[in-house]
Amino acid sequence: MKPIDQISVQFMSRSVNEGFARGVVSAFLARADPTVEQLIDVKTAVSEAVTNAIVHGYPGRLGPVKLTLAFYETGLVKITVADRGCGIEDVQKAMQPLYTTGDPELRAGLGFAVMQNFTDKLAVHSKPGKGTRVVLYKQLGRRE
Amino acid sequence: MAKVVFRQVGSALVAHLSGEIDHHAAEKLRQEIEQQLERRPVEQLCLDFGGVGFMDSSGVGLILGRARRMRAEQGRLTVADVPPSLGKMLDLAGIPYTAKEDKQ
Repeated sequence: MKPIDQISVQFMSRSVNEGFARGVVSAFLARADPTVEQLIDVKTAVSEAVTNAIVHGYPGRLGPVKLTLAFYETGLVKITVADRGCGIEDVQKAMQPLYTTGDPELRAGLGFAVMQNFTDKLAVHSKPGKGTRVVLYKQLGRRE
Repeated sequence: MAKVVFRQVGSALVAHLSGEIDHHAAEKLRQEIEQQLERRPVEQLCLDFGGVGFMDSSGVGLILGRARRMRAEQGRLTVADVPPSLGKMLDLAGIPYTAKEDKQ
């Protein structure tokens, strides 16, 4: 299945870009006419994925984060957040709720749990030393 | 830009949060709340989310961290005035709260 439209933006792993990424999501999804709840869900999931890339992909350094949004005729939105950072040794372990290698004063260890709960499907591809790619799917446009 | 404004109500400190709470904003908010608590220790800290338009799990970290601190000093933390858009996040994290009342 080919998307009707697709955009990619790449930015440096500065935390100020977490808000920028959410802005990009809002602007791109306007065409899809999402419900208020759907838009919040996607923005929240993207915020988590981008924060993970910034905090865990590039700890103590800067690197590129690429956000790709694709919109399909069926109302499906595919979101990809990719970094070329340090990667995840054990993806299953990293995805456990409350597990975090970050500062527990700031990160609750809920990033992947939120991505899972706020979207329809989540896939995580990671190679230590190569980077991490998080793919999220959200079905829009089903208003009953 | 996320902000916090403080108000003393009896023995409680109310922290009125506003803006978007993400990882970028959470550290600044945490520092400001900590500074306020160090200046004036209180029995109860109330985090008021009435002005918050967006919050990801960084906000959950902010709440849980402050709850731990208050408990360590025999105090307590409450989460109040939560807009509907933030309910799903707090429910997922299992954090009790009072919802924002509709202003007609």
